[in-house]
Amino acid sequence: MSAAPMSTDKPLLTVEHLTMRFGGLVANNDVSFEARAGEITALIGPNGAGKTTLFNCVTGFYTPTVGRLTLRHPAGKEFLLERMPGYRIAQLAGVARTFQNIRLFSGMSVLENLIVAQHNKLMRASTFAIGGLLGFPSYRKAEHEAVELAKYWLERVRLTEFADWEAGNLPYGAQRRLEIARAMCTEPVLLCLDEPAAGLNPRESAELAEILTFIRDVQTPQGHRTGVLLIEHDMSVVMRISDHVVVLDYGRKISDGDPEHVKNDPAVIRAYLGEDEDEALPPEVAADLNMPPTAGQAGAGQTSAQKGA
Amino acid sequence: MTMHSNTVSSAAGGAARGVDWAATIKDAGLAAFVALLLTVPLVGLRTVDRPTGLGIEARPEEVVASLLLVFLGRLGLGLIRQGMALPVLILALACAGVGLLLPMPTQVLRLVLVLGGGVIAIRAAMTVATGRSKLSQADRDKRMDRIAAKVQHASRYIGPVAVAFAAVLPLTPLADRMILDIGILLLTYIMLGWGLNIVVGLAGLLDLGYVAFYAVGAYSYALLAHYFGLSFWVCLPLAGVLAAISGVLLGFPVLRLRGDYFAIVTLGFGEIIRIILVNWYQFTGGPNGISGIPRPSFFGIADFSRSPAEGMAAFHEMFGLEFSPLHRIIFLYYLILALALVVNLFTLRVRKLPLGRAWEALREDDIACASLGINRTNMKLAAFAIAAMFGGFAGSFFATRQGFISPESFTFIESAIILAIVVLGGMGSQIGVVVATLLVIGLPEAFRELADYRMLAFGAGMVVIMLWRPRGLLAHRDPTILLHGGRNPAATGAAK
Repeated sequence: MSAAPMSTDKPLLTVEHLTMRFGGLVANNDVSFEARAGEITALIGPNGAGKTTLFNCVTGFYTPTVGRLTLRHPAGKEFLLERMPGYRIAQLAGVARTFQNIRLFSGMSVLENLIVAQHNKLMRASTFAIGGLLGFPSYRKAEHEAVELAKYWLERVRLTEFADWEAGNLPYGAQRRLEIARAMCTEPVLLCLDEPAAGLNPRESAELAEILTFIRDVQTPQGHRTGVLLIEHDMSVVMRISDHVVVLDYGRKISDGDPEHVKNDPAVIRAYLGEDEDEALPPEVAADLNMPPTAGQAGAGQTSAQKGA
Repeated sequence: MTMHSNTVSSAAGGAARGVDWAATIKDAGLAAFVALLLTVPLVGLRTVDRPTGLGIEARPEEVVASLLLVFLGRLGLGLIRQGMALPVLILALACAGVGLLLPMPTQVLRLVLVLGGGVIAIRAAMTVATGRSKLSQADRDKRMDRIAAKVQHASRYIGPVAVAFAAVLPLTPLADRMILDIGILLLTYIMLGWGLNIVVGLAGLLDLGYVAFYAVGAYSYALLAHYFGLSFWVCLPLAGVLAAISGVLLGFPVLRLRGDYFAIVTLGFGEIIRIILVNWYQFTGGPNGISGIPRPSFFGIADFSRSPAEGMAAFHEMFGLEFSPLHRIIFLYYLILALALVVNLFTLRVRKLPLGRAWEALREDDIACASLGINRTNMKLAAFAIAAMFGGFAGSFFATRQGFISPESFTFIESAIILAIVVLGGMGSQIGVVVATLLVIGLPEAFRELADYRMLAFGAGMVVIMLWRPRGLLAHRDPTILLHGGRNPAATGAAK
């Protein structure tokens, strides 16, 4: 049901041998994977598997202990993310992110949130506030364009009528969507979403999936397609929209491939359900994993899956 | 224990409308006993300097008076809680009236009656007022918010009127020396409040040492004039630049700190500057300060003195006026008015620019700012430097107006007052700063005779604000850009 992945030669993001240690704790251990433009790459794993840590490394909030993170722009420019200070990754490399617990500018209006996201562009246009203070027309034009971009994304996430609301007064689901719109207003090449479906009801989840597939499939004005890196616990969303799934457990990568492959990978089933063959699989977990009752080549989880379903 | 008995009796009183006299009097007696323990050593004994040495004098009258105050006050409070607010109000007013009008045998008794009666009357009046209205606390909050929003919207019209009033004030016959001096004082604090508002209100950085930049500006002018004989008009921009540099110097190491830690370091910085000024005797004159700071000329063309120095025209001759020492004061008044308006215009404009929006975003959530590629350090440094520059301008104005400066003028209490103005007015609110300045600086000036009670009233005012309007008097934020042009009523109506 997902669009065919774009077959570019080089991946957008290459993570090689990423290790992140906090003192004695190894949050990520030698993780390597790739994410492509025009694809949704989902990062899944049980709680504490190191997904958010990996995200923080990619988006510059942490500097990895070991490893290399390469981001290749469609124009051919390469960035070594592990060597860049945090804000530069968003500013120059074009990596935008959302947060597990929403971080909006809650006292500012919805539109202002989206304008702040275009800060660097506007700052240049206002010649570091001097031109803006003097009322140069170039700044006014840039601001107008910024509002147009904001309007475009407001339309996409269906928040146009709330544009002048204080962001903190929006309902929860709308805040989640606004955060995605704000990240997209930075015009990123890679969008990193940390559990965007957390706390959403099924209808809102479906809406979110629609927004994400739109972001993946739409051609940006610069003529490339955006890559999406997604952490998600809601398996129905993950399995439906992602093109590529990476599974982490205890900081290590245990599986990597398309959703179908990962779903049937014994290592993944073991990580999620434990090793004990005799234990019955809770039906809701089986449903989440979408396991066909007859699925089964080999593996520890197979028998229990059958029992549960 | 007293609290417990109070809540119980108030609950019972509310239901049955009866008054539990025994418990109330017992409670008041207990409070008076605690007061006795405290007042005997603190109020009752006074050290006096006698020729034979230090002696102790007993003051039983004052002790009895304060006991009476506490007893009656607590009794009144207890009765108010039990639904007797109206009788207490009438009694307290009667007490205050008697104390004020009838001749009293001692001054202390008069004070007890007036002060005690007045305070209890206010408390009772409040209860009567809130008891009558059927609004809940949240409703009242919302109503106050709507008032703040209205004032904010009205400031579009009030602002120009106020500016026009300020501009014509010196030309009216109303303007005597005192009015102008108070006006200059108020405008200086308004300017400082607006300057600090950039850091505290917009960027959300709690700066407890703003007076340091004021001091840098003042000393820059004083020292440049003293050592190099530079004129005010050369020094004004220089003072701003030097203050901005000191802001950046402070900002670099400090801006990685957050919240309380940041506030403490700025507090320390303010003290460091003052202590340097006190101790660098050879350069700054130490505690003696610098005197004979030159007064400003009329833009370098004319001088305001009766017989100006060589090569300078006299202002009154130049414009064919009668000589008046007021000319200089009026000029200073317009100068500070212009400087303050520059700060205000800057803030109003910068809020609509990416710089100002980034400041407000930093105040809201600085981690999200980093994720959007905003260089937080540069933004905060800019806020710091610009606010410091305005502080420097105000400082050099202060120096030229006083003609004499010493480290005494730049103590922590100045920082605290400027911060109080910003917080009281409502963080980020421009008109709030003006209102708060009138309250914090204007009222004490108007009631100079009560100067002894200034800090008391100041503290009480702050407590009242913290209880009723924790976000400041006129804390209301309007979006800097609207998509629907204000057609959407929910935008302002739903504001917290």
